[in-house]
Amino acid sequence: MTSRPIISVRNLEVGAMSRHGMLRPLRGIDLDLPFGQTVGLVGESGCGKSMTARALLNITPAPMRITGGTIILDDGKAPPQNLSALDPDGVAMRAIRGARVAMIFQEPMTALSPVHTIGDQIGEMVRIHRKLGRREAKAHAIEMLDMVSMPNARQRYDAYPFNLSGGMRQRAMIAMALACGPDVLVADEPTTALDVTIQAQILELLQRLQADLGMTVLLITHDLGVVARTTKRVAVMYLGEIVEEASTIQLFDTPLHPYTQGLLSSVPRLGSRRGRREPLPTMRGTVPSALVELAGCAFHPRCTKAVAGLCDVIKPVMAEVNPGHSARCLLYPEVLVASKRGSSVVQPEPVS
Amino acid sequence: MWRFILRRLMWMIPTLVIISIISFIIIQLPPGDYLASYIARLESRGSNVDQATIDSLRMRYGLDDPLIVQYFKWLGNILLHGNFGYSFEWRLPVSQLILERLPMTFMVATASLLFAWSVALPIGIFSAVKQYSLADYFFTVLGFLGLGIPNFMLALVFLYVSNRYFGLSVGGLFSPAYLNAPWGIHKILDLLSHLWIPVIIIGTAGTAGLIRITRANVLDELRKPYVETARSKGLHPMLLILKYPVRIALNPFISSIGFILPGMISGEVIVSIVLNLPTTGPLLYSALLSQDTYLAGAFVLMLAVLTVIGVLISDILLAWLDPRIRLS
Amino acid sequence: MTIEKAASTSTASTGQPEESPLRLMWYKFRAHRLAVWSLWIIVGLYLMAIFANFLAPFDPETRTGLPYSPPSWPTVMADDGFNWPPVVYGVTSTLDMKTFKRVYTVDTTRQYPVKLFVAGDQQSWFGLFASDRHLIGVESGGAFFLMGTDALGRDVFSRVIYGSRISLSIGLVGVSISLVLGVILGGISGYFGGAIDLVVQRLIEIIQCFPSIPLWMALAAALPHDWTTVQVYFGITVILSLVGWTDLARVVRGRFLSLREEDFVMAARLAGASEARIIGKHLLPSFASHIIASVTLSIPSMILAETSLSFLGIGLTPPALSWGVLLQTAQNVNTLAISPWLLLPGGMVIITVLAFNFLGDGLRDAADPFAKERLS
Repeated sequence: MTSRPIISVRNLEVGAMSRHGMLRPLRGIDLDLPFGQTVGLVGESGCGKSMTARALLNITPAPMRITGGTIILDDGKAPPQNLSALDPDGVAMRAIRGARVAMIFQEPMTALSPVHTIGDQIGEMVRIHRKLGRREAKAHAIEMLDMVSMPNARQRYDAYPFNLSGGMRQRAMIAMALACGPDVLVADEPTTALDVTIQAQILELLQRLQADLGMTVLLITHDLGVVARTTKRVAVMYLGEIVEEASTIQLFDTPLHPYTQGLLSSVPRLGSRRGRREPLPTMRGTVPSALVELAGCAFHPRCTKAVAGLCDVIKPVMAEVNPGHSARCLLYPEVLVASKRGSSVVQPEPVS
Repeated sequence: MWRFILRRLMWMIPTLVIISIISFIIIQLPPGDYLASYIARLESRGSNVDQATIDSLRMRYGLDDPLIVQYFKWLGNILLHGNFGYSFEWRLPVSQLILERLPMTFMVATASLLFAWSVALPIGIFSAVKQYSLADYFFTVLGFLGLGIPNFMLALVFLYVSNRYFGLSVGGLFSPAYLNAPWGIHKILDLLSHLWIPVIIIGTAGTAGLIRITRANVLDELRKPYVETARSKGLHPMLLILKYPVRIALNPFISSIGFILPGMISGEVIVSIVLNLPTTGPLLYSALLSQDTYLAGAFVLMLAVLTVIGVLISDILLAWLDPRIRLS
Repeated sequence: MTIEKAASTSTASTGQPEESPLRLMWYKFRAHRLAVWSLWIIVGLYLMAIFANFLAPFDPETRTGLPYSPPSWPTVMADDGFNWPPVVYGVTSTLDMKTFKRVYTVDTTRQYPVKLFVAGDQQSWFGLFASDRHLIGVESGGAFFLMGTDALGRDVFSRVIYGSRISLSIGLVGVSISLVLGVILGGISGYFGGAIDLVVQRLIEIIQCFPSIPLWMALAAALPHDWTTVQVYFGITVILSLVGWTDLARVVRGRFLSLREEDFVMAARLAGASEARIIGKHLLPSFASHIIASVTLSIPSMILAETSLSFLGIGLTPPALSWGVLLQTAQNVNTLAISPWLLLPGGMVIITVLAFNFLGDGLRDAADPFAKERLS
């Protein structure tokens, strides 16, 4: 395939006991982030994208916790480590978080502390991880603000988040995440809260920094346009599972999973062959809650192509359908064969 | 910042005006004017008051003027000459009586506030961070008890327990030996050895409320996205809690002066009546019972004014702490 | 979908369109065990106030001739083991000639069985009918005082039961007055905004930064001395409400401000509904639950205030009976030292205040799961 993965996720599960039963937002994620590339992770809201991002840093919100699987970080700086086995609040995990794997969040207004200057919040990164003094941290923070093209970086050091525009806040957030020069950047919907024109600027900035610094980026978004523009590979998530994974070109050209097909067809396109008066197709229903346990394919209740007696019985697994293009849909013989092999071992219990 | 303080000071003016009006109403409320009750009292003691004296007194206090004129005379006397009127009960200028008592009230109230803060803040943070733990439940129950028990009940129980089991008479702020002694280190130490009882009694109710506020605010802040951001930086969990959610939850904590302080003053007044402290409470109480209206009105006025100033200080403190207020 | 429907669904947060907000609130409230218990305790307290003349063993003014008698309880463990019905021992009082203290000695030879529906003091039930039956008691000759007696030998337990009539009702009456003031002023302030809002807000701030006890004391002390108990009762209630309305006005205003912007209000306005109809039909029902919760939370402070004032002797005074009036007798350290049971009426205050607080908390959580105890 492509280059060696810097992060390799296998069968990652996140869950928590609740009053209504076991909540399982992540149900066995397999995902590779190849060195120096941008990988997109798409899906509807509630499918577990953000939880995946948090699991990569081992900061799943309580009471959620990683209940299974591995996250191997192999950035060449240290021997490969399994992040899911580390204590979330322990020294080892905290040394990785921020320094080697950093994250930027969706809403910079609320994700930055309202009562600390952005300079303080950026400098804090190097104060924690590189044990720099206040003055050095300040110099570094201003440097970082320059790097993310913050106008008047020196003055902005003392600005509070509410003094800044949305775009500038997101720049500050990026400067903060990159302050320690992490190898992996997890960007959770970094442009969702921004105006369209600002979105483009921030995406360009991220692309530039990714190329300059040779970072690996996991870009989480529900915006297929953003994915098409910025990523090489894409994974599609549904109900805590990856349902399709391919190069970006393949995915947009020949989407395999009915869910992916549905997502793509619900995006309006210029010059499409569809008649002008024809309404834009929408997908039925929404992602079920993380409590739901379905027999068979998780998508079958919403799937227009579901085959009774097959899709609601056999649990599909990921299998390569075309070279470098895997899907989790029983309509493809490769998947069906692989799933039957798997399901003969574990027969899923039908749920009434 | 200065503009903020100036604007805040301007806001105080209508507040002070209304407070003065309310106090003036209190002076005027009892039937008949105070001079009539004064004369009645003199006559009941058998002394004869001749009409000329009465008339001259009436003139001096402007009792025959319309109420509005009386109000401005009263206010003018206070603002220009520091003259709050005359206490017929004590045969002393009201200002002198007030000066003796008010500082003590404020000292006790402030000490109670500091006590409540220093107890409530760590407990509130702890309860929030360890939500639903055994200790959280314990403090919650304790907090509710503090809310439910009236101040004066607590004072009475204190009185009973110390009398019954320790043979002590709590009450007062000084030992008899120091009552009239000049201020000095020993007198202050003596004061401190008496002060803790009213401080705990008055502080308890406030503490209960503050714990609940702190807990709720810290819980609220703990769920905010910036906490997650701080976590993603690799901060130590303890430092994280202190630097972010606690720092931000501190703001409502400071602004709680606004309603805790009036409560503390109220509590001080009633507890000092029970414990017979040399503060405002007993004097205000006796002034009200004997219709010594100028004294009572002046006490209500000054207690309210000082509360407003306390709230002002808390607002300035808050603005200094919170850039969103300071800079907007 | 009609506007009516839109209004009801957008307030029902969990999206069951058939349920009214109040019904939803009730479902959530039932999950709060402590609050449900508190509700039953409060119901019990009010029933006690209503049926005081049947529940209280004595008339509150009956002087039994046994002053400062300590609490005495019926026992099932009489001298020869378990005994049913429970009995009360006779007591004899002697005066200790050295200390001049009255000493009560239990005389186990005299035993009076406790009976239900015994005859006692003649009582009239709100002037409607009279009866001399009391729930429990013993035959004449014996007596038991669950909370002891006061200086005049009156049964504190009976007085506490009768005192609940004033102590419990003053909170309700006071809160009703506060509610009317609060809804009107808060509603006007929140709905119209602008200069009116500013004035009302300032007024609330000023009243709230007034130390309430000194103010109440001053106003209560100014009530004419020749007023009857009923007049003083309402005078005190009005005085308490003068401060109490501010919290409710704040809640109402806050809800109005947030609801004013809701889509269903805009929809109603576009449909041509009048302002009065919007307020009455759409706004008030959608925050009735919040008002109920806030009202419940302001009752205890009213009860505490009345107790404090009466305790000081500037609220209600005898012959009026309230828990605060009863506590007046405990003001003196020396009295307290020999008869600490005189503090027991305070226990009733604490139970009532706590029950209302728990109930109010439960109601508030049910009204709005996201509502926090925080400063606005």
